[in-house]
Amino acid sequence: MASIETITSDDNQNRLAPKSQMPTKPGQKRFAAGPFILTFLIMACFWVIFSGKFDAFHLSLGFVSCLIVSFLSSDLLFPTALKPALIICWLRFVGYIPWLLYQILLANIHVFYLSLHPRMMELIDPQIIVFESRLKGDIARTTFANSITLTPGTITVNVTTRGKFAVHCINKQSGQPLPGVMEAKIAKVFKE
Amino acid sequence: MNITVTLLLICGLLFFTGGAIGIIRFPDFYSRLHPAGKLDTAGLTITMGAIALYTLTPFSFEALITALKIILIAVFVFITSPTATHAIIDAGVRAGLKPWRKEIDPDK
Repeated sequence: MASIETITSDDNQNRLAPKSQMPTKPGQKRFAAGPFILTFLIMACFWVIFSGKFDAFHLSLGFVSCLIVSFLSSDLLFPTALKPALIICWLRFVGYIPWLLYQILLANIHVFYLSLHPRMMELIDPQIIVFESRLKGDIARTTFANSITLTPGTITVNVTTRGKFAVHCINKQSGQPLPGVMEAKIAKVFKE
Repeated sequence: MNITVTLLLICGLLFFTGGAIGIIRFPDFYSRLHPAGKLDTAGLTITMGAIALYTLTPFSFEALITALKIILIAVFVFITSPTATHAIIDAGVRAGLKPWRKEIDPDK
């Protein structure tokens, strides 16, 4: 996983570097206003929820620490520049969540049924299946892998850089619908 | 309202119990991760939902903030639980543990 991330983040750096006005030396951070403000807002929301105090002292403490954190790590939260396409992508992702929740409920009932079934050993037949995915993006693959883990009877074992997924299935039936519907849904979310 | 909360809590605890029983009953390391990784998310979501409802019953602003904190617990577990499951199972594969297969399988 780590190797995938480093490769793609390097790619992003190369793609973005010629466009930016400020020349970037290695080790020096580019300052981007959009991600900075967005990180600050997210951090501020979390501060307000977690502290729950609204007097001037606590709010100003939060303001200062949110500034520091978002200055240091806004490029961690948003590795690429903010584009409208990315925001639309997030909105589509929100539309994907209800279906995922439904699948999680199914998964839980399935495993619950299996673990309390008196003849459980006859029902299960654990095996590892391998298949190729057509998803290209980093986040798309991560989402796909996590969704596989959350859905009935399957856990992602490994994902290679070329998009080969290894999945542990609890029985034959649960491995059948992969990649299938879920991959199509994620491909639609990330426009691939 | 109290009845709803109690029912939800019992539901969530049932899921936790099922997860614990599943961890004991499944045959090997990999298949044990199925109940460990999944039933906990359901149990946690349902119990946390019940507690959030309980704190919200006399509705006030402080109660809303407490409920938001409780909901955030569930959200973070939803992100970290599959990742942790994946990390554990990947460690098992790297260490060379063979998955358990059914011996009685005539066509293999």
